[in-house]
Amino acid sequence: MTARLVFLGRLEDVAGGAERDVTPGPLEAVLASLAPDLAVALLGERVRMALNGVLIAERGGIVLRAGDELAFLPPVSGG
Amino acid sequence: MAQDVRLLESRFVPTDEMAAFYAAHSASGGIVSFLGQMRGDGAELLELRHFAPLTLPGMRELAQTCITRWQLSGLLMLHRTGQMAPGEPIVLVAAAAPHRRQAFAAADYAMDHLKSESWFWKRERRAGQWHWIEPRADDYAGLARWV
Repeated sequence: MTARLVFLGRLEDVAGGAERDVTPGPLEAVLASLAPDLAVALLGERVRMALNGVLIAERGGIVLRAGDELAFLPPVSGG
Repeated sequence: MAQDVRLLESRFVPTDEMAAFYAAHSASGGIVSFLGQMRGDGAELLELRHFAPLTLPGMRELAQTCITRWQLSGLLMLHRTGQMAPGEPIVLVAAAAPHRRQAFAAADYAMDHLKSESWFWKRERRAGQWHWIEPRADDYAGLARWV
């Protein structure tokens, strides 16, 4: 089983796709397995995260388990 | 029904929506509406993406905030997702209230928060190339008015 990363907005272009399956584990290890430019973009201070559809307040200590979905949400532009 | 909040995947007809809203709120003292549509400024297509777990729940929460803060009798909030051509409606907000100032303020507040706080991402295609639209400083300034 894998975990899934979901990329919204411009992050989709950086990632080269809207989602990607990754090996579960601590977020640091997951990010380290990605291309450096994508990891840097995902760690931008204005990027929010949602784990299984719920916004995360604190970034520290996230461990992805099999079946988890972590979404990266850059600044919004609606209306 | 005080709150009518919808995320729409295909084109809607603002006049039909407003006719229904007027009929439902004929006893309100005032109704203010805002329609946002795709500009005809050279872009060929506009695409709005959303994040299903957060976008519609966030819009409902925003609508309830408006209803409570300005004692609205009704609030209509429609927002498109997917691809749109120039001239197509993107967003329609209408507020029905006992008095005009409440209706103006609620519609204004709803639009400011839809633009810079709701979970939408927008990109447009110009000369065959897609570009993501970054939020404008002006959008955040709109939010700051309400703090």
